[in-house]
Amino acid sequence: MSKPLSTSAAYWRGVRESAPLLMVIAPFGMLFGIVSSDAGLNLLETMSLSALVLAGAAQFTVVQLVSEQAPTLVVIATALAVNMRLAMYSAALTPWLGRTPWWMRGIVAYTLVDQSFAMCTTLYARYPDLTIRTRLAYYFGVSTNACVPWVVVTWIGATMGEAIPPWMALDFALPITFLALIGPMLQTLPHVVAALVSVAGALVLSGVPYNIGLLIAAGLAMFAGAQTEQWLERRRAQ
Amino acid sequence: MTAAASIDQTKLWFIIAAVAIGTFLLRYSFLGMIGNRNLPPTVLRLLRYTAVGVLPGLIAPLVVWPQATGGQPDPARLLATVATIAVAMYTRSVIWSIVAGAAMLYSVLYITG
Repeated sequence: MSKPLSTSAAYWRGVRESAPLLMVIAPFGMLFGIVSSDAGLNLLETMSLSALVLAGAAQFTVVQLVSEQAPTLVVIATALAVNMRLAMYSAALTPWLGRTPWWMRGIVAYTLVDQSFAMCTTLYARYPDLTIRTRLAYYFGVSTNACVPWVVVTWIGATMGEAIPPWMALDFALPITFLALIGPMLQTLPHVVAALVSVAGALVLSGVPYNIGLLIAAGLAMFAGAQTEQWLERRRAQ
Repeated sequence: MTAAASIDQTKLWFIIAAVAIGTFLLRYSFLGMIGNRNLPPTVLRLLRYTAVGVLPGLIAPLVVWPQATGGQPDPARLLATVATIAVAMYTRSVIWSIVAGAAMLYSVLYITG
């Protein structure tokens, strides 16, 4: 990068660039609050899920399975399987944020969500010379929008007591956010190959229980992307 | 709240605690363990494709078999997907992609009633 970013400039850049996510986090978190209280969880239970688990897809999984009276261990295993991708995000952030004190890595880990991972790894790769303090500042800028409002809107949804009209099709808020995050990543052939393998794998393996199918599909997609990258490099070298 | 009575509170709090701790450990795993050590190039190459390997697969079933339509493929959601991804690839802007996707979703839902 031409000019070094100051810490506060990086923080506010993170806040600014992640602000559009609120348009999706707000309805999605509210929807969680509504669904959770409809399922019979009280306010404290619903809020604990949003504040402590801090991962929408897994929270919906818990509420859905608990209301279906699924066995305790199945609920826990399924929710953690849905969150297995967070370990991959953790691995992907390690080269960028691994050289910080253990307690700082703890705070980073607690606030690590799909959006912060996607936005931060994109920025870090684009500006590899950023200092670790600048990277952290940008990370927490994104986290401010990705995490704090999530808890607030859950409370609004849980106390609203009135369902959002079905015509709003809020079920599609999550896919649209993720698509908006994926689109800009598809700039090279290996990335496109990985995305296609991920989609095909997840659909074909959707019958595999406990969301393990998604994990297998993700593994295959990462392998396909890496192999395509190597193949392109070899072809260029010839 | 008739449903509330059927949920075992002790069991529910055990689930909340276990999922919260387990999720934190998943998030902390590599950041916490590996810390200052450098990762080998093969691992780094694989990690470049983490996001693009997980996120499309996570939403693919929601796009193709939406729960709102009882798992039946739905033209509004499929067209919204195409609109979002096209605008996202072209503009690289999260906000415009979301606007395009939502606009397409609502117009097709409105037209098809």
